[in-house]
Amino acid sequence: MIEWFAYAQVAVAVVAGLLCLVLGLAGRVPNDLVLGSLALVELLLIGQVVTALVAPAVGNPPTGSLLEFWVYLVSAVLLPPAAALWALIDRGRWATVVCGVASLAVAVMVYRMLQIWTVQQA
Amino acid sequence: MNETSTAPSDARRRGRLSGVGRVLVAVYGVLALAATGRSLVQIIERFDEAPVAYALSALAAVVYILATVALVMPGRAWYRIAWATIVFEFTGVIVVGLLSVLRPDLFPHDTVWSWFGRGYLFIPLVLPPLGMWWLARHPVRDVAADTAGDVRRRRVDAEGRA
Repeated sequence: MIEWFAYAQVAVAVVAGLLCLVLGLAGRVPNDLVLGSLALVELLLIGQVVTALVAPAVGNPPTGSLLEFWVYLVSAVLLPPAAALWALIDRGRWATVVCGVASLAVAVMVYRMLQIWTVQQA
Repeated sequence: MNETSTAPSDARRRGRLSGVGRVLVAVYGVLALAATGRSLVQIIERFDEAPVAYALSALAAVVYILATVALVMPGRAWYRIAWATIVFEFTGVIVVGLLSVLRPDLFPHDTVWSWFGRGYLFIPLVLPPLGMWWLARHPVRDVAADTAGDVRRRRVDAEGRA
């Protein structure tokens, strides 16, 4: 895991999450901005998957449990598509809030993944 | 616009799964996913270290999944299951939370409920009261009565036409 990339990803997911929460509570139904922010969060997560596959091979192994790391990463990768699917089916203001919740959950999970990679002792 | 015109019929048809209740279901789903993932890791990697704590984590995870499903599913039976699972969670987080603070030696290993769910941003402590409030505001007999009413109306319509 690359530290600055993880922090940037947490920042993007927090901003995307808060944006969706505000838009949803203001009564907006899911629009391109909401789905676009989810897509950006997902794109960065896929970048994280590639990083996590390559990093151990180039001398950047995790200090903690690789299994726990991957459980978090796979769960996080599933969240934005699930929220987007919800938004496409539901199309109400609360679907926008759900998208925000998903992005904030991704932020927490990426932060936890960084801890597992750099702080946690196996 | 579209939303306001469909919201009332949606609310009647879907009962518990309307409005802010959808957010509740989503948060329950995420918590169920998190608890399941973590307990899987604990059981695969080091179950022998703390079988009781990790078995408790797994039980909690299963109950969170059941609660999520029960909140979504219609009908009286699922409504009861939703109440039972949410009360179970609330009891769990209070009892295990208190014990982990007062007698830390009993819970040397983290569970989802240790320190009132501190490892999960206290969501396990906040969510059950919200769930109970939501269930109390949306008693199932309204939905059942609505459905029965619809069926009766439809039958009357059919007879009237015949």
